[in-house]
Amino acid sequence: MSNWQWQEGEWTVTRSCAWSPPGEHPIGWGLLFYSKNGRLDHVEGDPNQPITQGRVSIKFLELAEYCNSPERIIHPMKRDPKDRGDGSKWQRISWDEAWDIIVEKTRYFQEKYGNESIMTLIGTGRDVWHTVPKITFSAFETCNFEYTHNGWSCYGPRSSICAYILGAGYPEVDFASEFPEKRYDDPRYVLPETVLVAGKAPLESNPDGLFGHALIDMMKRGTELIVVDCRATWLATRAKYFMQVRPGTDTALYLAMCNVIINEDLYDHEFCEEWIYGFEEFKERVQEYPPEVAAPITGISAEKIAECARYFANCKPASMTWGLAVDEKVNGLQCAHTILLLCAITGNLDIPGGVLLGAGDAAASQWWGWEELDDAIKEKRIGAAEFPCVCTTMSTCHPDRAMDTILTDDPYPVKMIFCMSANPISCPSADPRMWEKGFHRCEYVVVADLFMNPFIASCGDLVLPVAALSEKDGIVATHYGGLTLFVGALVKACQVGECKSDDEIMLELGKRLNPSKFPWKDLHEFLTWELHGYGVEGTWEDLRDSKYGLVTPEHEFEKYAFGGQTWNGEPGFGTETGLVEAYCQRWERWGDDPLPYYEEPPYSPISTPQLFKEYPFVLTTGARSWAYFHSEQKQIPRLRAVDPWPETEMNPIDAERLGLQEGDWVYVYNMFGRCRQKLHITPIVKEGVVHSKHAWWYPEKGPDDMGYGPYGVWDANINQLVPHGVFGKLGFGSPFKSMICNVEKAEGGPDFATGWPK
Amino acid sequence: MAKDTKVENAGYGMLIDYKYCTGCHSCEVSCQERFGMPAGEFGIKLSQNGPWDHGNDNWEWNWVPIPTQKCDLCADRRAAGKKALCEQHCQAFVITVGKLEDLVKQMDEGGKEQVLFNRTNDVAPLKARY
Repeated sequence: MSNWQWQEGEWTVTRSCAWSPPGEHPIGWGLLFYSKNGRLDHVEGDPNQPITQGRVSIKFLELAEYCNSPERIIHPMKRDPKDRGDGSKWQRISWDEAWDIIVEKTRYFQEKYGNESIMTLIGTGRDVWHTVPKITFSAFETCNFEYTHNGWSCYGPRSSICAYILGAGYPEVDFASEFPEKRYDDPRYVLPETVLVAGKAPLESNPDGLFGHALIDMMKRGTELIVVDCRATWLATRAKYFMQVRPGTDTALYLAMCNVIINEDLYDHEFCEEWIYGFEEFKERVQEYPPEVAAPITGISAEKIAECARYFANCKPASMTWGLAVDEKVNGLQCAHTILLLCAITGNLDIPGGVLLGAGDAAASQWWGWEELDDAIKEKRIGAAEFPCVCTTMSTCHPDRAMDTILTDDPYPVKMIFCMSANPISCPSADPRMWEKGFHRCEYVVVADLFMNPFIASCGDLVLPVAALSEKDGIVATHYGGLTLFVGALVKACQVGECKSDDEIMLELGKRLNPSKFPWKDLHEFLTWELHGYGVEGTWEDLRDSKYGLVTPEHEFEKYAFGGQTWNGEPGFGTETGLVEAYCQRWERWGDDPLPYYEEPPYSPISTPQLFKEYPFVLTTGARSWAYFHSEQKQIPRLRAVDPWPETEMNPIDAERLGLQEGDWVYVYNMFGRCRQKLHITPIVKEGVVHSKHAWWYPEKGPDDMGYGPYGVWDANINQLVPHGVFGKLGFGSPFKSMICNVEKAEGGPDFATGWPK
Repeated sequence: MAKDTKVENAGYGMLIDYKYCTGCHSCEVSCQERFGMPAGEFGIKLSQNGPWDHGNDNWEWNWVPIPTQKCDLCADRRAAGKKALCEQHCQAFVITVGKLEDLVKQMDEGGKEQVLFNRTNDVAPLKARY
């Protein structure tokens, strides 16, 4: 008996502060694993956990189904690279054989083509954002670490821009997680009067470190919302101001809000005078964006924009939480810049109930192993010289340029891939068929994951089976350590097959390839080392044994006032100027405007009027699902029942005009490609806009390509309509959320048990 | 092991504060898991009004979970001092299972978007897996 494991009748109960896999953001769900005879049976919420308080999302309610699925990969497997695409050719092997193959291949490619010929791949969300860099830089000793999402269009832009203009770690709404005992009732806490929800679906996605339903807790206490979205989400229907923008135009909205706040003298003079660099230039810039200019761009009336701006400025405190839609456009950097300035000029940075900021030393993400990598190798990182804005804060390649190199061998060939927790041809990559071709050019592809998927089926040669969150000891830190509101212990309840956790894979592979860089004697010693990196003392076991299984480092407010926001302890912000940079000289040096501006999406009724005649809908993609983390969990029956098919949403007026019915299978297509989805007719999208779901494939269709790609991925994947190599001037932001398309009725669809329509 | 403890459900009910029901499905899936129901079978099921755009920024979109014949208000869990499973796992905390008199009072003190379900079965027709 202990406070992290006990017996309840026939059940062994193990308490965990969860992260992943399955995919999830680091919000530390408090879960209780009920197991018997070493097998996970079911999950309940931990009522004592101060943040989630016993609540559980359906993704984790179905954790036992996920862990025990007959489709799970539970042993290492190999397949001759000449048999790629043939699902019958996999052979079970031992871990020893798997390690021997990886070591042999690594040495071969390192010696023949150089360390840089090895590239690692990573996906979003899962707790491998320290693990894969360490494998990359310390085990393979290559410079090429690749996030397979074009224009690095998720989280990275927002956290980088926050680092450049605030010198701060990730900004987040204050949801009282820093006060675990009394939460919202702690006397130090102030409830935000309003929260700006900027292009985000927090309830479904629990993004980055925010438990989404904390917003509901706050609304019950009186917080109002401003929701900026192109879809009338459920949350938008509860907002005081729902700002339904045309997809991709929100930068214009935020610039106009700043225009109103500055011109009507509603800004925080003291803060602006003392702490902002370039306020006068910014003031001049926003004169170009009065509400009357933003209204026709965004589709929101000038009166409503002005009213919403006044409301935000008058709320004390006002807060903000921002989402993926900020990043997924070529104008994303300017969008994030403007949102942060909106919060800054109204005096809401790092105050109780405002926008919390990570400390200065959390501003640059900590990329384990990068510092010790040999300089001669570092210099070969793909895209780093061309895109310093991306590659200063990120230790990755530039995503699009890495694929260009794979396709062309320019400036050198990429021969070996090591992929952990990514499913690039199903989920994050634009023009995914081209990415598939690229991976087929690589001589050897190793993948670590839990389930077979289209990428492994098409491109994989060796598979390492990965443990789920209930099968491992680990650590969760909110916002990936960029804003560490708390640190929790993942605790192992069960072992499934021969699965190993990502951290165990890292340690075992590292010790074989480069033992001096992996000095830890075992997993727990390593986890304790990781814990100390978050400023938490004691051992991992201490964390596990603590009252709630998590600890909360003290959050200091208004750090800029006393020196907590800089590297050198001087008051101010950890930027080049020591101030909030409304005018960012770095961006000027790198070839962009130092001040924020609005840029029309590259494909739109205004940018491409001729194409728009042929493709007369604005297409937005990728809304979040209750059932899935991106491309995961589609083989779990109760989750699939909640969200059974890839849906394309269309306004009733458009559907009637086109003669389409609810549930029709339709082709969504444009000049780049097409996919087939099921029509859902709904007023939540405006006339002229369609939304299509992302990351779809059909586990039930099998791995072999029957003309629709492995698992039918080419039938369903909406990213075939999004171009590769289109992003903002400084390298961030591809137009996943603002394309154009047309829609027509399909002859049928894949909704029967086996086979395909003729 | 689930107990066959019979708890008299007369005088008990389930209050839903649907202003805040986000439609997250945790109630449905909690119940399916506990009773081993396949997808498509429910002890509690979400229903919705809307989404309707009434114009002038007036949207109507309400989710309401409705218990089915299979619900016994988790009588055995309540007898063991725990919350009904849907009540515990509800991400928006909009479900309260309790005595009708307390629920009526709570309802009276709360907002207008609430609905109260009267007693369900004393013993669930399905046997809980846990």
